[in-house]
Amino acid sequence: MNFDQARFSRDDVYEPLLSEKDSTTVEVDSEGVLPDDLTRDELTLPGLSEPQLARHYTRLSQMNYSVELGPYPLGSCTMKYNPSFTEDVAADPNAAVHPDRSDRTIQGTLGLLHGLQEHLADIGGMDAVTLQPPAGAAGEFTGILVAKAYHESRNDDRSEIIIPSSAHGTNFASAAMAGYDVVELPSDDDGRVDMEALDAAISEETAALMLTNPNTLGLFERDIIEIAEMVHGAGGLLYYDGANLNALLGRARPGDMGFDIMHYNVHKTFATPHGGGGPGAGPVGVVEDLTEFLPSPMVRETASGYEQYEPESSIGKVHGFTGNWLVLVKAYAYIARLGDSGLADSSAKAVLNANYLASQVDLEVPYGPFHHEFAATAGDRDAADVAKRMLDYGVHPPTTKWPELVSQAMLTEPTEVEDKASLDDLAHAFNAAYADADEVLESAPSKTSARRIDQVSAARDPRLSWQALEQDE
Amino acid sequence: MFEIPDDRKYLESHEWTTTESDTARIGISDFAQDELGDVVFVELPEEGDELSAGDEFGVIESIKAVSDLYAPISGTVTAVNEDLFDAPELVNDDPYGDGWMFEIEPSDADEFDSLLSPEEYREQTE
Repeated sequence: MNFDQARFSRDDVYEPLLSEKDSTTVEVDSEGVLPDDLTRDELTLPGLSEPQLARHYTRLSQMNYSVELGPYPLGSCTMKYNPSFTEDVAADPNAAVHPDRSDRTIQGTLGLLHGLQEHLADIGGMDAVTLQPPAGAAGEFTGILVAKAYHESRNDDRSEIIIPSSAHGTNFASAAMAGYDVVELPSDDDGRVDMEALDAAISEETAALMLTNPNTLGLFERDIIEIAEMVHGAGGLLYYDGANLNALLGRARPGDMGFDIMHYNVHKTFATPHGGGGPGAGPVGVVEDLTEFLPSPMVRETASGYEQYEPESSIGKVHGFTGNWLVLVKAYAYIARLGDSGLADSSAKAVLNANYLASQVDLEVPYGPFHHEFAATAGDRDAADVAKRMLDYGVHPPTTKWPELVSQAMLTEPTEVEDKASLDDLAHAFNAAYADADEVLESAPSKTSARRIDQVSAARDPRLSWQALEQDE
Repeated sequence: MFEIPDDRKYLESHEWTTTESDTARIGISDFAQDELGDVVFVELPEEGDELSAGDEFGVIESIKAVSDLYAPISGTVTAVNEDLFDAPELVNDDPYGDGWMFEIEPSDADEFDSLLSPEEYREQTE
């Protein structure tokens, strides 16, 4: 692919300057609409024509890169294309329901939420699911609070949570925020849980073990049944981080492996938009013994219809109402559209795509067999430099330098979305960048709208607002 | 060739300490700052904290990596180099001088004996 990204001068694209262009003041008669102290009679608007505005935003979009332009193989982040039919469903006027309406007037909404609770429980092998947490990490925190409530209800005071060193940073944060001490577990030579170290770490203080399976190297934890027995034998709970559920969808279920609690990243597994600071969702599933502790409200079906209720020993609310409704609608639409066979097909393709891509790249992949993602190593090259150079070949690079188990890691997850031609483009970008000269890598990227970022200044002297930027100039 | 002053002791994990029995000063080596690259953030203990030899006392973050920092000796923290909070680059510019991290009142001066000598540390970095 021959790639050169559009670049425009800052005068053409910087948004605050819009308001300085030919502003127009419009006068309105607001008399009697609202109290006088809440209204004004004139408003200054940028005097722009529609084509001027359209060009402004089109230029901005041309300077951007997204999954709608090419592959975005960020390992562990699972950047999937968001199908537009889910947007249509969420934009349907019937989906705009005020959350404070009474249950009997929103039976359709509650029915959909109940259906999603059931679908997710089926997919994960769980007994009940809360849709309330607004993101994956919020789901982790919720799950750990549920575990804590469970232990406390049994007057069982436990202080530790065990987490493998290769886990997502959010696991450590969720455990610590819930008041637990974190016990970090090393990996064995195969990149999986070190069983001897696990045996030594488990004790009467173990509240839970948090696991990602397949783990962040894409490796399935082969000893999962034994691991579950060890944790349960000590009275602890097993937590499943759903970040890599994409690899197992429709094929294996965390509940069947012995997990007691799990969260689902609906943006990864069910193709809703990544939160990116906006609304997201991270539902949490639990087994029977833990259902009474789930956040309130849940939705259930009764003889007279659907109703919201508070579980008996609920930990309370972790977000408003039943969670971020429109995101949940998209997840429901995706699951309903794909069905059982479609979901199983997506995990098959996710694993096939990762394995095909790995077979085409010249970089070594030290750990395997892997599922939906693989950690290649850039060897004696700097993984971040190789990644920046990949931008020049028209693709988004993989996650770099993580997990730390692989030196100069390039954690790659093409997802099920890509076809062979786009996987070949990715492989070409990998191989060409990896073979380029040091000086080319060190000055890359050279074809993108934004060039080499000054990371040192950005970290040491961050300017986090428009005002801060203007003050400096 | 990295600078390794003769007037202090070292840890395998690249921290240095001066060896006064009343107040020892602690930081990271020239080799360590070079490996890390541009330092952008340093997290340090607080005055009055009690540390044991080998404890994690803080975190150092560079453009390339995040690393834990380990206490060479046991004792009570008596001073912290607050300049590093606004100017973490001091660790790169002057690791043995203005880039120092904290001072400690050693609880057991014998602990200095078990640390690496400048010669031993030089061998490790070569």
